[in-house]
Amino acid sequence: MIQAENLTKVFQMGDSEVRALNGVSFNIRKGEMVAIMGPSGSGKSTLMSIIGCLDVPTGGRYILDGIAVENMDEGNLAEIRGRKIGFVFQQFNLLARTSALENVMLPLTYAGISGKDREDRAMNALERVGLGDRTHHAPNELSGGQQQRVAIARALVNEPAILLADEPTGALDSKTGVEIMQLFQNLHKGGGQTVIVVTHDSYVARHTDRIIKISDGHIVLDEVNHHPIQAGTPRPDEVL
Amino acid sequence: MLFSENFKIAIRALRANKLRSMLTMLGIVIGVATVVALLSIGKGATASITSQIQSTGSNLLTISPGRLQVGGGGQSQQMSHLYYSDYQLVQRSLSQNINAIAPSYQSSYLVKYGNESFNVSVQGVTADYQKTNSSNIALGRFITEGDNKSQALVAVLGSQTAEDLFGGLSPVGKMISVNGVRFEVVGVLESKGSGFGSSDDAIQIPLETGYGKLFGETATYNNKKIVNSISVSVSTTKAMDTVSAQIKFLLRRSHKLASSDESDFNVMNQADLLSTLSSVTQTLTAFLGAIAGISLLVGGIGIMNIMLVSVTERTKEIGLRKAVGATRNQILTQFLIETVTLSLLGGIVGILLGVGIATLVSATGLISSVITADSIALAFFFALLIGVFFGIYPAYRAANLHPMVALRYE
Repeated sequence: MIQAENLTKVFQMGDSEVRALNGVSFNIRKGEMVAIMGPSGSGKSTLMSIIGCLDVPTGGRYILDGIAVENMDEGNLAEIRGRKIGFVFQQFNLLARTSALENVMLPLTYAGISGKDREDRAMNALERVGLGDRTHHAPNELSGGQQQRVAIARALVNEPAILLADEPTGALDSKTGVEIMQLFQNLHKGGGQTVIVVTHDSYVARHTDRIIKISDGHIVLDEVNHHPIQAGTPRPDEVL
Repeated sequence: MLFSENFKIAIRALRANKLRSMLTMLGIVIGVATVVALLSIGKGATASITSQIQSTGSNLLTISPGRLQVGGGGQSQQMSHLYYSDYQLVQRSLSQNINAIAPSYQSSYLVKYGNESFNVSVQGVTADYQKTNSSNIALGRFITEGDNKSQALVAVLGSQTAEDLFGGLSPVGKMISVNGVRFEVVGVLESKGSGFGSSDDAIQIPLETGYGKLFGETATYNNKKIVNSISVSVSTTKAMDTVSAQIKFLLRRSHKLASSDESDFNVMNQADLLSTLSSVTQTLTAFLGAIAGISLLVGGIGIMNIMLVSVTERTKEIGLRKAVGATRNQILTQFLIETVTLSLLGGIVGILLGVGIATLVSATGLISSVITADSIALAFFFALLIGVFFGIYPAYRAANLHPMVALRYE
């Protein structure tokens, strides 16, 4: 699904160069649920933006679902984002004064789908996240958890190759955060959806099957998590 | 992506900041309203002047005093005079091709009837004035040659003057006082419509009566009676040039001008007058239009300013739209449509307001206005152009935001 070979990303900051990524290589197979971890400044966000086709690497190869992305221009990248990636953000990023249904329809609109088909698919996505009865509510009429579900429905509506979540529980209380992680796990197990969660929180990361740790632009750890936490079971520190 | 989707997004974005959108629109509203109103009033003025001149008869020559250079070298100028004797000379010498010759002298006086008094232009005229000026009598009779010969104290009122002094009553047979001299009203003229050079708010008296009993010394120069103008009604259009040349020849000789001197009088025909006046009104319309254009420009800058603010405020939204697959062109189109929607809404409101102003101005009767489809189309087109022109840059800024940077913008 994802093949990243020796990715580098260099930012020009005035006179000095900052190497945010310095030779990062990994593969992610279809249907995996992976956490990318690292403290701020580790290159985690840069890696996420390259995986999400929001940016291109300075060097190396990046193949997404069989498509070499590293040298694409912006127009093609936008199309790839629309078709292959479903984004979930920490701050939900829903359009204000716009109903849940219309928010979910947005990616389809940009993909040139309209009419009944678009509405049916958006409804279907909202039902998958358990919000079939909240379709005409605007974001300010929904709770934080519900807003994040709308955002997840929006990410799912194009049947993306990858669901890419950037700190998806960061703006939620722990109980709601657990519900969201449970939703990701269900999508992964039940629907075979490839999920990548970018987080600095190791508790969130331990809900996934595999953890990639990144520091100073290098991968410092890439291990299988044999006993992922089942969302909904008590947090270890709560047991103690 | 469909136009209607973009339009919906634009309306939603504009409604999100209602007050701001309305204030921004106001600039365009005022600009467009000014363009529409001024063009309509300009066209109306031109039309009323044209019809006024045409209504006074098409084969009319008007002789008026010209500028006279004194002292040579053009150091000083003064108005030359046209004399009653000039009129007599023309009348005596030219008989062919002429319907009527009418001299006139006019001055303003306080006219009283009962408790009503107004300052009115009093014109001393002869019987021929009615022919050259195409005036029709509404009540009573016009001034006759007999009135002139006997210096009769009679007056004919313009329709507006009659209305002002007498209200609805019939003025014929009543006595009015002009600068303290009592005149009997013998007739009232039909209205010729308001506008340039209208004689509706004037009074006509016999010219000889004026010289003898009213105008006094101001109407003489070197003991010669002066006139303000002499109107000559020519029988055919063909003969206009001939008659004009004959008049010039006669007057130059009687004014003792050398062949190198410029004439100290003008002989104007209707076409000359029309083109002179229409060039004046056209210049005026263009000038006012330019001012209106500047206010449109200022409105456009206001729109651009607000759109730039809006792009900055909505950086995150733009980032999200890009993340879910919006291309650069789709973002560009969206913001451009938003600006154009703003300017076109302003344009439509402005057109309605402009038409309203023009209609209101017409209704007051001071100036007539003509609202034409092309001035509305022009204003609409300008509003569109402003929207596109001032929308391009903000839309370009939005479209070129880097998606990652935009998403992280706080």
